[in-house]
Amino acid sequence: MNVVQAAESLLALSQQEELEDLSKDDPLSPSEDEGDIDGERKHKKLLEAISSLDGKNRRKLAERSEASLKVSEFNVTSEGSGEKLVLSDLLGPVKTSSSLAAVKKQLNRVKSKKTVELPLNKEEVERARTPLEQEVFNLLHKNKQPVTDPLLTPVEKASLKAMSLEEAKMHRAELQRARALQSYYEARARREKKIKSKKYHKVLKKGRVRKALKEFEKLRKVNPTVALEELEKIEKARMMERMSLKHQNSGKWAKSKAIMAKYDLEARQAMQEQLARNKELTQKLQAASDSEEEEEGAEEEGELVPDAVNEIQMDANGPNPWMLRNHSRGTKEIKVQDPEQLPEPVAHEASENEEEDRPGAEEEILLNEFEERRSLRKKSGLSQEAKLVSRQEPKDSSSQEVLSELRALSQKLNQENQQSGKQNVSSVRTVLAVQREEPTEAEEEPLLLQRPERAHTMEKLEELGKEGCFQNKEVPRPVGEGQQSERNPDNQPGAPKEKKRKEQMIDLQNLLTTKSSSVKSLAVPMTVEELEDEEERDQKQMIKEAFAGDDVIRDFLKEKREAVEASKPKDVDLTLPGWGEWGGMGLKPSAKKRRRFLIKTPEGPPRKDKNLPNVIINEKRNVHAAAHQVRVLPYPFTHHRQFERTIQTPIGSTWNTQRAFQKLTTPKVVTKPGHIIKPIKAEDVGYRSSSRSDLSVVQRNPKQLSIRHKKHLKKNSVD
Amino acid sequence: MKVKMLSRNPDNYVRETKLDLQRVPRNYDPTLHPFEVPREYVRALNATKLERVFAKPFLGSLDGHRDGVNCLAKHPKSLATVLSGACDGEVRIWNLTKRKCIRTIQAHEGFVRGICTRFCGTSFFTVGDDKTVKQWKMDGPGYGEEEEPLHTILGKTVYTGIDHHWKEAVFATCGQQVDIWDEQRTSPVCSMTWGFDSISSVKFNPIETFLLGSCASDRNIVLYDMRQATPLKKVILDMRTNTICWNPMEAFIFTAANEDYNLYTFDMRALDTPVMVHMDHVSAVLDVDYSPTGKEFVSASFDKSVRIFPVDKSRSREVYHTKRMQHVICVKWTSDSKYIMCGSDEMNIRLWKANASEKLGVLTSREKAAKDYNQKLKEKFQHHPHIKGIACHCHLPKSIYSQIQEQRIMKEARRRKEVNRLKHSKPGSVSVVSEKKKHIVAVVK
Repeated sequence: MNVVQAAESLLALSQQEELEDLSKDDPLSPSEDEGDIDGERKHKKLLEAISSLDGKNRRKLAERSEASLKVSEFNVTSEGSGEKLVLSDLLGPVKTSSSLAAVKKQLNRVKSKKTVELPLNKEEVERARTPLEQEVFNLLHKNKQPVTDPLLTPVEKASLKAMSLEEAKMHRAELQRARALQSYYEARARREKKIKSKKYHKVLKKGRVRKALKEFEKLRKVNPTVALEELEKIEKARMMERMSLKHQNSGKWAKSKAIMAKYDLEARQAMQEQLARNKELTQKLQAASDSEEEEEGAEEEGELVPDAVNEIQMDANGPNPWMLRNHSRGTKEIKVQDPEQLPEPVAHEASENEEEDRPGAEEEILLNEFEERRSLRKKSGLSQEAKLVSRQEPKDSSSQEVLSELRALSQKLNQENQQSGKQNVSSVRTVLAVQREEPTEAEEEPLLLQRPERAHTMEKLEELGKEGCFQNKEVPRPVGEGQQSERNPDNQPGAPKEKKRKEQMIDLQNLLTTKSSSVKSLAVPMTVEELEDEEERDQKQMIKEAFAGDDVIRDFLKEKREAVEASKPKDVDLTLPGWGEWGGMGLKPSAKKRRRFLIKTPEGPPRKDKNLPNVIINEKRNVHAAAHQVRVLPYPFTHHRQFERTIQTPIGSTWNTQRAFQKLTTPKVVTKPGHIIKPIKAEDVGYRSSSRSDLSVVQRNPKQLSIRHKKHLKKNSVD
Repeated sequence: MKVKMLSRNPDNYVRETKLDLQRVPRNYDPTLHPFEVPREYVRALNATKLERVFAKPFLGSLDGHRDGVNCLAKHPKSLATVLSGACDGEVRIWNLTKRKCIRTIQAHEGFVRGICTRFCGTSFFTVGDDKTVKQWKMDGPGYGEEEEPLHTILGKTVYTGIDHHWKEAVFATCGQQVDIWDEQRTSPVCSMTWGFDSISSVKFNPIETFLLGSCASDRNIVLYDMRQATPLKKVILDMRTNTICWNPMEAFIFTAANEDYNLYTFDMRALDTPVMVHMDHVSAVLDVDYSPTGKEFVSASFDKSVRIFPVDKSRSREVYHTKRMQHVICVKWTSDSKYIMCGSDEMNIRLWKANASEKLGVLTSREKAAKDYNQKLKEKFQHHPHIKGIACHCHLPKSIYSQIQEQRIMKEARRRKEVNRLKHSKPGSVSVVSEKKKHIVAVVK
């Protein structure tokens, strides 16, 4: 029981202290000395509390543990007695002896006399003794500079008085909140920077680009002029791309890939991708043609948007009231969320985004997964970070309370801002806002300066923002935006500006280099040409799909590889297992033996198609073709050309006219069926035997031949 | 508005009668008809295959003889009539269209050694073992008449062969000597001898009709001129020549059927080297006859087969055989060059197609054109191994096949021996003798 009581008392004590801290923390009493004393006192009390934990509520009596003859006058303490040491107590024994009367008197005098105050009285100080001093005083008086109290000028005091307690509190809360957020985002950025997964980054990038495009689309519908500016920016990026040699296949990597491309499919694909990208990037977008559309859009806008809204928009030089409201909404949303969820708002955001956009869902899911995994891993670390934040606020013990307070304060602040319309405080960009306001709010300087490293990081943050590394900033934004789009669709006119800003944040280069097919889709309705182009691409896509299965090039390469392998001479292995050593199941001939009996065939001559990537030259004789080829030149021919020519000339009616066909196909000997073929006579072939003994007389024979003779009988007399 | 369209007048392409001929338009642009060589090659291949598929040369056999058919003769005027003499002295006259024997004559006692028709076709002569030469009328005897020869000449010695002059009433017989007879006389006009051996056959030259050739059993072929009293020249071969045949289209060319399984085609002007040695038979060649076109000849052999040789080829283009056909003693090529007849030991006369896969009967012009085209294609691509293989493939009886293998081995051994001798002898001492010259022993004038 005692223990419990003691713990309770301890808790109560700490709570009390906190309250005191809070009261002391206000700007009216910012003294460090007090804090020190307070610290001592606290310490003592804490010790007491701890000592009382053991159950006996005993008082510790002061005892002299050491024997000393002389009690030091400097060592006099009231400890142990529990009473305060009073001067009269000391003086009591002095009264009795007369010899000490003089001392007594002296002491009384001291007692009656007031203590000396330092610094000197105003009158004393102001009294100018030398002409130089007079001159100085004159100068100070003229400027109303404090002579005695150098800390605050009247102006400062006035301003101090002007700032109410509430306001100050609010300000402070705001700062704290900013700090908390900042540290959170820093940690997050650091964490994300560490992620090495290429896929993650790719997905992230893609999602970003898609989002940007969607934004752009919306922007184009709602605010064409701004969209046009955006488009110009894109165009400029394109020009830059054209000027650079970034995707021209001229780099070291590209060259190496070009060499590899002949053999490696992946390299070829990479190269093609790069080329395609280059083409896409350098493709001109035609924006000028849609002036009509723009006008339409403008008219629409005019119709859609109420006049009041337009007025507000018109007058807004500085902060946009719509935006302000949105931001306040956003902050409210954040407030509604559980503070525990703060370290992982990305998941929340993602879920919201999922509701928002279907097409990017899978990416978001992927991102979600990544995030969840990461958050699981780092949860402990994050909580530590949160603790860190709380520790940086020296008098806060738990971050939870701070945050709740902070939120309430910021809410109030926002309401005020709305009323005044003077300050642009966005929940997300508070950090930057604070920094911007820094020089004007001089009172806050000490508070900020207490943590120099914090300021430094804030600067960094701004730098990051300028660079376009918007990860930290972008992330919480959709929370507000999603709410905005869901809750107040009538707020549309206010959106473009926001989005535009966001677009600016997104690096254009980054956007363009990721994927430009979607960029092109922006320009689709603009020109007919592009429509045709699209059609063509569709066609190509269709063909590609149709022939997706058969990769001719790869097949060819494979075939060639196989052919090369097959043509390689093979080594002859003459090892006999079990010869001269043990043999059997699982036993292999020794390596030495194998080496000895392996007859290596000499490397053949290099293949003819070694340097021809697209050709397979079969150096072997094709047996199947050989069955149909003439091996040796047939007898009557003396040159293969002659023979080839006879083969080359077709004789069929397919290739020749009817007459030619008949001539070509006439057989050498034609016989009439059913007719007797008599032996040849001299008369038949133009010879006529004038005499019986001599057949050599030449004469034409008018008789028709029954047989066509190719051969003419030559005259030759018989010996 | 003018609409362009294809329009055709049916008058341009519809025939009124089947004899109307239309011009079928055809574009002969070679680019429209590519792959001419491969396409023709395939056609040639198909033609060759079809040729082998339809190679069914045997038409029928004429049986009726009661002994082996020893000699055959063609009728000079009638394609359908064939005369044959058997070993029992019987002569039969056959009608080929009816495939029937018209007339049977018991002409001789013993063998009918030779038979020949007169150039006019009215009568024929036979010689037999009974030392007689008989002339018979082609037409049969009238009703009630007895079958008797027109003339009968009694000789002193046995006549082994007879042949009639192609234009005149002169015939020649051979036996101990070559006798030239006038039809009107009973004694020879002249008789010529060169050496003392029996002469197996005598043949008149169908073109140079005064020339005749004979082959004797002392291994020589002797050429005679009827107008001279002495023989012209003779060539002595390695082995005996059984018979010779003159080329009906080339006056100086004759082919000799030799005992050494070969046939030798000679040019009578240069007997020292045969024009061609035809080798495919695996046994003695007994008879040879030229196709009337003079491009091919058919040979009958003791190896029970009939072969057809192109004149200018050393290998046969066709071999005919049947299971039942024994030693073929005589062979004739009909005068229309379509058929081949062979008389063999087993008393049958067989009729074959000269062109094994030829379609018999009347061909339409398109069929003819296709046939000619296929023939040309086969000729064109005959050197391609695939086509050659198909064309040369033929089934042979086991006996012939095994003998071919055996002789190949023997021939190879001889060749090897020759090569070795050439290799191991003093250079110049042994000369290489070509195949053609190898078989010629001497030429005597």
